[in-house]
Amino acid sequence: MGEREYDASSYVPPAEVGEMELVHPKTFIGKYIWSQDAKVIAIQYVITATSIGLVALVLSLLMRLQLGFPNSLTLIDPSSYLQYVTMHGMIMVIYLLTALFLGGFGNYLIPLMCGARDMAFPYLNMLSYWVYLVSVLLLVVGFFLPGGSTGAGWTLYPPQAINPGTPGVDGGIILMLVSLAAFIIGFTMGGLNYVVTVLQARTRGMTLMRLPLTVWGIFMATVMALLAFPALLVAALMMLLDRLLGTSFFMPGMLSMGELSSHEGGSPLLFQHLFWFFGHPEVYIVALPAFGIVSDLIATHARKNIFGYRMMVWAIIIIGALSFVVWAHHMYVSGMNPYFGFLFATTTLVIAVPTAIKVYNWVLTLWRGNIHFTVPMLFAIGFLFTFVNGGLSGLFLGNVTVDVPLSDTYFVVGHFHMVMAVAPILVIFGAIYHWYPKVTGRMLNDTLGKIHFWVTFLGTYAIYYPMHFIGLEGVPRRYYAYGETTFISDSVQALNAGITIAAFIVAIAQVLFLFNLVWSYFRGRESGPNPWQANTLEWQTPHTPPRHGNFGEELPAVYRWPYDYSVPGAKHDFIPQNVPPEEVEYEESSKSGGRA
Amino acid sequence: MTITLIVLALMMAVFVGWLFSQSINVRPWIAETSRARPLPRIIPPSVTAPRVGLVVFLAVVTSVFALSISAYIMRMEMGTDWRSVPEPGLLWLNTGVLVLASVALQTAWHAAKHGKRPLLRRTLVAGGILTVAFVIGQLVVWRQLSAAGYYMTANPANAFFYLLTALHALHLLGGLVAWGRALNKLYGGAELARVRAGVELCAVYWHFLLLVWAVLFGLVLTT
Amino acid sequence: MAMAIALIVLALGSVVFFFLSPWYLTPLASNWGAIDHTITISFWVTGVVYLAITFFLAVALIRYRYKRHRRSLYEPENKKLEVWLTVLTSLGIAALLAPGLFVWGSFVTVPDDAHEVEVVGQQWHWSFRFPGEDGELGPVRASLISDDNPYGIDPDDPRGQDDILVRSPRLMLPIDRPVKMTLRSKDVIHNFKVPPFRAKMDAIPGQTSYFWLTPTKTGEFEAVCAELCGIGHFAMRGRVEVVDQQTFDEWLAGKPTFGELAAREPGDPEAGAEHFARCVACHGPQGGGKQETNAPRLAGLDAEYLKRQLRNFRIGARGTNEADRFGQQMRPFATSLQDEDVIADLIAYLETLPVESTRPTIAGDVERGKRLYRTCASCHGPEGQGMPAFNAPRLAGMNDWYLVRQLQHFREGVRGRHPEDWYGNQMVDMTQILVDEAALRDVVAYIGSLSEAPAVADAGRQSAEE
Repeated sequence: MGEREYDASSYVPPAEVGEMELVHPKTFIGKYIWSQDAKVIAIQYVITATSIGLVALVLSLLMRLQLGFPNSLTLIDPSSYLQYVTMHGMIMVIYLLTALFLGGFGNYLIPLMCGARDMAFPYLNMLSYWVYLVSVLLLVVGFFLPGGSTGAGWTLYPPQAINPGTPGVDGGIILMLVSLAAFIIGFTMGGLNYVVTVLQARTRGMTLMRLPLTVWGIFMATVMALLAFPALLVAALMMLLDRLLGTSFFMPGMLSMGELSSHEGGSPLLFQHLFWFFGHPEVYIVALPAFGIVSDLIATHARKNIFGYRMMVWAIIIIGALSFVVWAHHMYVSGMNPYFGFLFATTTLVIAVPTAIKVYNWVLTLWRGNIHFTVPMLFAIGFLFTFVNGGLSGLFLGNVTVDVPLSDTYFVVGHFHMVMAVAPILVIFGAIYHWYPKVTGRMLNDTLGKIHFWVTFLGTYAIYYPMHFIGLEGVPRRYYAYGETTFISDSVQALNAGITIAAFIVAIAQVLFLFNLVWSYFRGRESGPNPWQANTLEWQTPHTPPRHGNFGEELPAVYRWPYDYSVPGAKHDFIPQNVPPEEVEYEESSKSGGRA
Repeated sequence: MTITLIVLALMMAVFVGWLFSQSINVRPWIAETSRARPLPRIIPPSVTAPRVGLVVFLAVVTSVFALSISAYIMRMEMGTDWRSVPEPGLLWLNTGVLVLASVALQTAWHAAKHGKRPLLRRTLVAGGILTVAFVIGQLVVWRQLSAAGYYMTANPANAFFYLLTALHALHLLGGLVAWGRALNKLYGGAELARVRAGVELCAVYWHFLLLVWAVLFGLVLTT
Repeated sequence: MAMAIALIVLALGSVVFFFLSPWYLTPLASNWGAIDHTITISFWVTGVVYLAITFFLAVALIRYRYKRHRRSLYEPENKKLEVWLTVLTSLGIAALLAPGLFVWGSFVTVPDDAHEVEVVGQQWHWSFRFPGEDGELGPVRASLISDDNPYGIDPDDPRGQDDILVRSPRLMLPIDRPVKMTLRSKDVIHNFKVPPFRAKMDAIPGQTSYFWLTPTKTGEFEAVCAELCGIGHFAMRGRVEVVDQQTFDEWLAGKPTFGELAAREPGDPEAGAEHFARCVACHGPQGGGKQETNAPRLAGLDAEYLKRQLRNFRIGARGTNEADRFGQQMRPFATSLQDEDVIADLIAYLETLPVESTRPTIAGDVERGKRLYRTCASCHGPEGQGMPAFNAPRLAGMNDWYLVRQLQHFREGVRGRHPEDWYGNQMVDMTQILVDEAALRDVVAYIGSLSEAPAVADAGRQSAEE
């Protein structure tokens, strides 16, 4: 055990990381549209993902309207309700969260935090965004097709997804599958960049264990996505063939609108296996970047090193690896061989251990810290609380027996919204408040930010916490209306109305946030290069916002990990990663002491 | 899914093992003690971005084919309607052509390393032509099969055969784009060192796809 | 500070909500109390963790809030603490998992003395099959499914002949006897869920799945579909009645076997013509309907629908509501039709009648009606031709004034609310999308426009000839 020894033989001259050839376009279009600068591509991703995310938000409001105040709008009929359910889920999970975390934050932060000039393959990176945009546009076109977009649920289970009787079976489902395939191809282009940049383009001194946890989270999520998305690609291709050419990969012999279909012998369960082989890692593809980012937010704003950094890194790696062997916990009541339940319940609950460790370490990072209640910190704490709640309800659903009565009820809806919708979104908000000054040079308005936080945090809790209980009562999900049932109490309707009102209030708060983004861009307080006094490299750039190429003449050299906050004896409570040991200022009293 | 799991587990084990080896005995909070001390060696010069990129990409392609093969086997076991596809003799010929393409590119790589420009030119072109010949050969196999009544919709075995061969051929065609770039550089008179990087990637990629083809062909032959 | 208070209030509020909320598991009606126990254990374990973490967090926020001169502690890690936490967490997880796996062991093992029921899901209704005397369900194939063989049972296999078919979405189960529910689907994936039983499972086309339970409480329970199965998903309901053994046996004895159903003689249209004489006064000589007598068209309706409505009138599932004046008039006629053969003859005759186009009496916005009709089309067909497989009667060519009245009745629950009106209650749910009188007229106006070229009743006539 002990510190790594660096002897002369391992000495590598400073020019080790070769300078990249960067494209320096002169025109506006070259700079901001066909840009190969990861930072511009990141902004493009963020804008596109947020725009389509707003569409999904509106869809969720329409659903809530129907559930809270049934039949108040004639435009919502059972078909369109299912279309809203499907598109809301699909957009939020893939086109918003995945794209925003990896395409948005990944592009912006990986090169800056690793100390690279840009991504490893800038051209491919640009292509990645444009393919993503095409996939989003295909998705949008689906809304305007005759018959509309698909209403098969975001899980797109066959035979339902391509069988008449489900909305959007004519064109919607085809566009959906093509759009997904495009998304995956585009993502693979971007993902290669993120992984290779982390592996190969780190600056001098930036060992793997000196990477900020943000980079670790995004890196591991990308690795998982690269390996998991092919499952969705293969499934989508096979379903396309079933739909267009009439093959029978997934389609059994069955009735279709009362007539015998031409398919024979296909296996609907095969699709579910493929889908969830992608689908479960997908949850962590969204969660891991959030884990990483929130670690950095907490450390920075509590002025304390992240507690148990190594454990945090290993937890990320173990969660990433384990998440490939838990997929069938989405299928406990799917009719698969029930004996699988033993195996998958065990692996699923085992994954809770590293996840719990991460939670402890976040809380222990706050303990004995010096907590600044800045807006990013508020969002980070909001994430912690929401994530703990959502994670614990996950222990119900992962445990095979408990899942049986709860699956496909509002318990599930409450659980996954807490854990993979609200929790990551809170991190995204926190991250935007945190990094906006770097991106624009101006601070976001603090008062608006606090209002935004409180309404969002309390509002979402009011929306999703009660859902668990109506789920316990057995209220099934994906129902357009409940009509008269013997087991659903009348008070559920009142609760649904309340949830809908809360949802609208939360939505209004997001308008406030968008206003803040625009207003602060022009009127916000100047932030200076490092308003939060953070250690990571992106705050040490010579220009704010960073220019093309990120760092000035020379790439920074890294002498320490990113969590040197409140180092005993040091004059300031932070020492950026690129400060050489000789330049660290010590307090008068302990000048001779340094640190142990 | 067993196959996918095994393949992925192996890939993950290598990757996770490497990550752990990088981190297990490191105490990250210990900073460099002096600016004068050399900074830790992190990336050997031979690890270039394109090489890392290719390895990562091959991992992705492995995942695609492992999953397809898993689906193939699961569908075969789950359904009762599986009727194997006949293997036209042409497939053997195509396999030979693909082996030759791989050999040609390997020779090209070797030639690039040793600065033999004429040999590089000949073998690189030959590699591309052989690849195109392979793809055309596969198309002929498709025609033969459908002429004999083995349509895609007739049986899942047929559907999988078309799907897998199409996926494989598409990957080869994608490789031809990289091949075309290398060829373009070569004929544009670029330095051999710059061409070499591209040729090397092509050669590795072709070997990999040959391996994939061997696995796919073996699968079709045995089931 | 505000944050810490908010966390404490939220945590305590959540616990209070848990104890005070009126929403919890429905009263148990099966042997699966163990599932409820695992849920309770989960609540206790997770509840303790939830409160502990939240309070620790809140205390940290209060004690270590920003102070000018405070310095954070520099502590990269604490191995001992981390190991302890890992061990404790693992123990907690094991405490959750062990009972779960234990109960799952009994969930997947069907007791030997269990009797079997097959649940068949189909867009959007349930039907059931009992194995009959030989205790074995006959093999089925999707390709054999037809109007005459709705389950697709292999007619050549002796094991299928004695299978008892329950085609209504209403199942009876004997109390205190373990039952294995074998699930199957004719089209897409469904999930047979009766909340008080706790157990449930997907029904998948092309294969079977199962779960088992022992009903422990008599009474009537609602079954719903818990796997998205298309537009009518939310209206796919059924009923399970748990009764004593004797009632169950009697009920089951009254259900036809597959063999009996296949051997049933087709109706005789000529005999039916005589029976029809008493209907003519109201329904018109060709069964074309008469607005003066408020009697709808009968020609063009499928046999199953006619049979079902006659039965509904007879048993009082339709035409008993005060507000359904004309339905009440129909009841005595229906109750006089008791003999199955007479009904079969009558229906056979009705199927021979031509369907002429009706005179429109309702005006509405056809374009808006077309949009609204999208939902109806999934069962009644894009041309309004009706689809017996979905238990949906013909709409095109029916008297529009009758359609309006029935839609009003469904929407207000005058028709379709009776538990024995199996598919009527789906219409009660469905008509809620017709939010006002105008919407109702619009959709009927659109249906009227569908009937302009009636190439009608061909299907009906063909099946009568067979």
